[in-house]
Amino acid sequence: MKYLDEYRDPVLARRLLAELNGTATRPWAIMEVCGGQTHTLVRQGIDELLPAGVRMIHGPGCPVCVTPLEIIDKAVAIASRPGVIFTSYGDMLRVPGTHGDLLGVKARGGDVRVVYSPLDAVRVAADNPGREVVFFAVGFETTAPANAMAVLHAADTGVANFSVLVSHVLVPPAITAILDAPDNQVQAFLAAGHVCAVMGWTEYEPIAARYRVPIVVTGFEPLDLLEGIVMAVRQLEEGRAEVENQYARAVKRTGNAPARDAVRRVFQVTGRTWRGIGPIPASGLALAPEFAGHDAERRFAVEDVRATEHPDCIAGAILRGTALPTDCAAYGTRCTPRRPLGAPMVSTEGTCAAFHHAGRRRSAPTPSTVEVPR
Amino acid sequence: MCLGIPGRVVAVSEDERGPLTGTVDFDGIRRTVCLAYTPEAGIGDYVIVHVGFAISQVDEAEAAKTLAVLRAIPDALATELGPDAEVRS
Ligand code: SF4
Repeated sequence: MKYLDEYRDPVLARRLLAELNGTATRPWAIMEVCGGQTHTLVRQGIDELLPAGVRMIHGPGCPVCVTPLEIIDKAVAIASRPGVIFTSYGDMLRVPGTHGDLLGVKARGGDVRVVYSPLDAVRVAADNPGREVVFFAVGFETTAPANAMAVLHAADTGVANFSVLVSHVLVPPAITAILDAPDNQVQAFLAAGHVCAVMGWTEYEPIAARYRVPIVVTGFEPLDLLEGIVMAVRQLEEGRAEVENQYARAVKRTGNAPARDAVRRVFQVTGRTWRGIGPIPASGLALAPEFAGHDAERRFAVEDVRATEHPDCIAGAILRGTALPTDCAAYGTRCTPRRPLGAPMVSTEGTCAAFHHAGRRRSAPTPSTVEVPR
Repeated sequence: MCLGIPGRVVAVSEDERGPLTGTVDFDGIRRTVCLAYTPEAGIGDYVIVHVGFAISQVDEAEAAKTLAVLRAIPDALATELGPDAEVRS
């Protein structure tokens, strides 16, 4: 077998694959919704080792990739204003907007700074009272508690020149939207372990019951993923549709209570547009009215920009799981991690970048058609 | 930004202004980390850190496995640990 000996525990990996071969009697399609999981699956070739018929669909699990183009354009507009210090996680800087990215703003003399934590951005604001400091608050449930704390800390300590450009997204509504799509092929989900470390998995229980779909909370180590897939296939074969937890060593059913409470205090649920997918109701977070003073969109009154994607980019189909990066005509030629045309090629968590780093070729057969030597 | 890196708590700050912080060692790189969401984590404990915030406590073996995965992802440690992180492998 192809990459198995590279596993830290090839014996256990082989045992899990044997278990999977013995369990799967029919073709099944399983979606992972975590960019880290996508990367592990593609890099380790796990998707190519699965029994014929068991197929992984790579979902919208990359926060950089789903941040809407309109928000990137707003970030670029705000960062270009004189006197503004625009702070961001490093991986947002190269995401292409309609007219360039944040790195381009920096190259033209804009004050764009990469910070490690949103609390660092609050510190920049406290140190520069004469400047407006904006933090680009994006991400899933994993980064929301950090951004909530930054806003709370700025409010408590009276750092009035600190504001956030918020574009948070939530995983469970995206899962529901995928299941509601008429062309949906996904029959089971691997839920992102670290999202659940914050939020727990109670939100997934009604989804599993209503749509009759197994959901397995899974880590992103290779053996975690194999075990998560085995658990999902076992449920599918037995006709069960439950939420199970593969990642018990880091995740509790109720998640992290203080983190969840901070998120609920600072943010409220709102509709969000997902890049490549479109609007999903109640799928994101915006600042609660109490913290409107720290809302960069209000403070800078940026106009709604009409944004257009690069015409060659099929990121939407990739994020919905109906196409692979290798189906894109620009993949690896006009679109590479150095010169990305679309968001999924930018971040290491994006599916296109994961495929590119693993050296997958455009002409390569899709994983679902690869025969596994037994 | 979403991967989450495990590290070992090596110091807890005595400073009572602002949220609870500490110093966390990631494979040789040290960072100030907010511990407000894992107040039970003490010196020597392992925590999973997202963008400067500990979000759950894990044991040492789990931390080692996750770090090995992250090292295999191009630039993952540098991206997650911010601009001036130097990654030792
Ligand atoms: S390879 Fe590039 S252009 Fe094609 S879908 Fe991916 S990001 Fe878009």
